[in-house]
Amino acid sequence: MRKNAVAVVGAAETTELGVIPNMSQIQLHADAALNAIADAGLKLSDIDGIATAVETPQQIAHYLGITPTWVDGTSVGGCSFMLHVRHAAAAIEAGLCKTVLITHAESGKSMIGKLPRSTPPDSLNGQFESPFGVYGPPSMFPIPVLRYMKTYGITHEQIAMVAVAHREWAAKNPRATMKAPITVEDVLNSRMIAYPFRILQCCLVTDGGGALILTSADRAKDFPNKPVYILGTGESVETPMVSQMETFNSSRAFKVSGPTAFREAGIAHKDVDHLMIYDAFAHLPLFGLGDLGFMPHEETGKFIADGNTRPGGKLPLNTNGGGLSYMHSGMYGMYALQESVRQMRGIAPAQVKDAKISVCHGVGGMFAASGTIVFTNEK
Amino acid sequence: MAEPARAKPKPTPETQHFWDGTQAGELRLQRCDACANVYFPPRPFCPSCASRKVSVFKASGKGTLYSYVINHRPAAPGFTPPYAIAVVELDEGPRMMSNIIDCPQTPEALELDMKLEVAFEKLDDKITLPLFRPAKG
Repeated sequence: MRKNAVAVVGAAETTELGVIPNMSQIQLHADAALNAIADAGLKLSDIDGIATAVETPQQIAHYLGITPTWVDGTSVGGCSFMLHVRHAAAAIEAGLCKTVLITHAESGKSMIGKLPRSTPPDSLNGQFESPFGVYGPPSMFPIPVLRYMKTYGITHEQIAMVAVAHREWAAKNPRATMKAPITVEDVLNSRMIAYPFRILQCCLVTDGGGALILTSADRAKDFPNKPVYILGTGESVETPMVSQMETFNSSRAFKVSGPTAFREAGIAHKDVDHLMIYDAFAHLPLFGLGDLGFMPHEETGKFIADGNTRPGGKLPLNTNGGGLSYMHSGMYGMYALQESVRQMRGIAPAQVKDAKISVCHGVGGMFAASGTIVFTNEK
Repeated sequence: MAEPARAKPKPTPETQHFWDGTQAGELRLQRCDACANVYFPPRPFCPSCASRKVSVFKASGKGTLYSYVINHRPAAPGFTPPYAIAVVELDEGPRMMSNIIDCPQTPEALELDMKLEVAFEKLDDKITLPLFRPAKG
């Protein structure tokens, strides 16, 4: 894909985040979409492309009153929105549509109008994972952690530091759900969920949503806000069954998606000013740093424990507070994208000074899928 | 009222041989006749070379503990926490999810790479699950 040919010209989250008991899931989509359309200074009738996940594009298009000429219902978990950005950029380049709206919302906490998730007993997951007591992401996502720790000599304290660093970023963010400072000791003494992970190493459960609007870069300069250009993109999938990953020492989906985006962007790791790595659970930033090639996996734990990703560190990571402390409605990728856009616009609550390149890396399912977007504010 | 039961697998045409195997006290895997790849979960072709010529064989039932969590909450129906959800690396190569029985469900007792052997737990007349226990000797 051509560098900087497409830009984000509208970006917004739902008006409220956290617990939103007065809004159904589809209305959360609409709330985010209307906020993003206002942010871009557009009318609904300007939108000719629509992408969403979990909810279908027809559901959202009809509810908003949009008649699209391009739709994308890619739904591969929390990184679906990274894939939507990639697909939308390609579609705009190909002339299939001009202005794409990407929406996410989930009534993850209040569960109003939320579609049921179920695993049929004759699916592969239903036959070869469900009978052994997996029950929701906390019982599945951390399954690789002990192997990863043993292979690379990572300690419990180092992984606990992920939660501490993210909380430090959250403290700077008025919209973050959890702001009170925590220590490594607090993390390691918090309630056990699925050993080795405790509650402070698991993401929040909240309500909310977000939306993005993309258009071609040559039109982007006419919009009210600073355009944020798509410099590089990547995507991949591996397996819906965490037990069937090729290895627990790495994520194959990460290793395809991340480097693809870096190559497309033509950037080196030292060029990255700001980084988002979807942190549904505390081990994901370690996998991400290693698989995206920032450092060998052996060094990821020490790198975070040494404070390199916390405020003032040399690689600002998850500057909104992440899924661990900012918010997590179920598919957090949209919120990671929103923070990258804020950082590139220069309006983030914890703004990284002079940041010019932001890498936003998402996961879907339990390492089942991945999407990576490299943003820049320089054309 | 009966206690809620654990999730029960429902075999498909492609997986029936596996579940017939556990009922007969065998852990059955598949091997590609063309490239010798051993794979899991079951399917009637080789995911490595796409050959449809594959054979079912009885695996040794031996393996090692690759990784696990000890789930505390929320517990799945039919399980009393804390209980370990493990991934076993079979001696033949493939990995599968299972539970570890006859072993305390603690980090001290559950050592990565410990040797395991299959044990079969009958759920009903149709389904027997492959579980694993620490290998003897």
